Amino acid sequence: MSGLAGLYQQVILDHSREKHGFGLEPTADASSHQLNPTCGDQLTLQLHASDGVISSVTWEGAGCSISMASASLLSDLAPGLSLDDARERIALFRELMHSRGAGIDDEDELLGDAIVLEGVSKYVARVKCAMLAWVALEADLAQLDASR
Amino acid sequence: MPLPAGTTTELARPLTDDDVLLLRRDFPALQQQVNGHELVYLDSGATSQKPISVLDAERSFYERENSAVHRGAHTLAANATELFENARTTVARFVGARENEIVWTSNATEGLNLIAYGMSNASVGRGGADAARFVLTEGDEILTTEGEHHANLVPWQELAARTGATLRHIPVDDDGTLRMEEAERLITDRTKLVTFTHVSNVTGVINPVEELVRMAHAVGALVVLDACQSAPHRVLDLAALDVDFAVFSGHKMLAPTGIGVLYGRAELLDALPPFLTGGSMITTVTLEASGYLPAPQRFEAGTQKVSQAIALAAAIDYLSAVGMDRIERWETELGARLVDGFSAIPGVRVLGPAAGVHRAGLASVDVEGVHAHDVGQFLDDRGIAVRVGHHCAQPLHRRFGVTASTRASAYLYNTTADVDAAIDGMAAVREFFGVTS
Ligand SMILES: Cc1ncc(COP(=O)(O)O)c(C=O)c1O
Repeated sequence: MSGLAGLYQQVILDHSREKHGFGLEPTADASSHQLNPTCGDQLTLQLHASDGVISSVTWEGAGCSISMASASLLSDLAPGLSLDDARERIALFRELMHSRGAGIDDEDELLGDAIVLEGVSKYVARVKCAMLAWVALEADLAQLDASR
Repeated sequence: MPLPAGTTTELARPLTDDDVLLLRRDFPALQQQVNGHELVYLDSGATSQKPISVLDAERSFYERENSAVHRGAHTLAANATELFENARTTVARFVGARENEIVWTSNATEGLNLIAYGMSNASVGRGGADAARFVLTEGDEILTTEGEHHANLVPWQELAARTGATLRHIPVDDDGTLRMEEAERLITDRTKLVTFTHVSNVTGVINPVEELVRMAHAVGALVVLDACQSAPHRVLDLAALDVDFAVFSGHKMLAPTGIGVLYGRAELLDALPPFLTGGSMITTVTLEASGYLPAPQRFEAGTQKVSQAIALAAAIDYLSAVGMDRIERWETELGARLVDGFSAIPGVRVLGPAAGVHRAGLASVDVEGVHAHDVGQFLDDRGIAVRVGHHCAQPLHRRFGVTASTRASAYLYNTTADVDAAIDGMAAVREFFGVTS
């Protein structure tokens, strides 16, 4: 799919409205706040984990459809992943975002539905929007490491 | 100087779409396709496109006169200096000032910082008794507004922090106009400086300069005018407006980046301590201390933006040949058309004055249920360039209850068809993102 339809696939528009994982819990094992100062997008993302496995990711924030959909897709993907797996998926997603439309071979399925964000990689200015939630999760994982 | 292509000699006749299409031929960047559509450039509030005469002026300087100005005795240096100083004259005439009241800066932001740091330096005793009126201490107040670009806010926050002065602001109404009864209350004997934008880069509101100047001068306060969104678009006479300082940027008025202007009343500029110091701004230098040249040179330390200043003069020649009065009228028409069109779209809220109220040729909107970034992306797909985000005015966006907006801003090279394309695009946004109810 090319052009606007490739960027804003229906799955993305749906997630941007449905926002899976939206709503913060009173406590979390780690939490971080991320801000994109150029456009004002921001979100707080909580990590809930036990025995080295993510049980859920919850978040609240405001921003464009890409940043919101990306957070929603991440909270679908994360549950059940080990902390190391989560780190690996973040790295893979970053690689996808920096692929400038080329995508990543083979390992697509590791990202689940989040692969629909591939179209964002053609729009360099929007990569930051898609990365926002993933950078937040990365910060949460670092917090867990530091507190261990 | 030959008139730019497309200009007519009947200067009083209002511009028409046909005139504008002729003018547009002078702008190479406007002759391109974006995403398969003819480019519709509606982001001149951020930065303008450049006509060939401006590009040629800069290139021609480098092909002929290029050399160091105000230094050296050779012919090229003399010719370069002459062009550079003629450019200053062109700018001075354009805004109703004298040559020694025009200081080159790199942009408006630097101009505002120059004033703030000059006052800061005066406040620690630099500049002696002559600079007394720039001294700020605890109890003094700097007054700005809720509607400023960050460039006319942050430097004053810093100045207040360095001097102990208090920064206050005139609030705006729901429609973005200044609450003048609050201005009346806030401008007191404690007020030392009042600084505000002439035209808002978010709402297009045209602030009542004369009234604010009268109120500020009645208490002996200095007035700084941010003319970034007025100098490129309107007839501007700074002496008649009676402001003490004003700033604007060349890149928003057909000139290259890297050149801006600070205007200051001569006696003020000669008394204000310098901001940047070094070569070219001194009289006698010893190992211990230095004397400084009068304005404007005392503010022009180091190698100057020579080709850019010359290109700015070419830009002003272009604007003047078309006629600032005609440009102002044309853009008023485009602004009204934008606001009428946007306001008629369900779910689209225009920030600032309602349709029918006089404003500059720009409009920012909030689209219910669709983030500005997505609106901008959608329009870009149709080849329409607009600005999204907070436009460097976070406090004003907060006042309107939004974090970001989408702004369409017109210039002399935009047609009514450009405006209509933006309106048509805007009307299709909510359906595309599936938020129509
Ligand atoms: C009202 C206003 N003031 C100040 C500025 C700052 O101009 P510059 O970035 O060229 O210094 C701008 C430009 O965005 C503006 O619109």
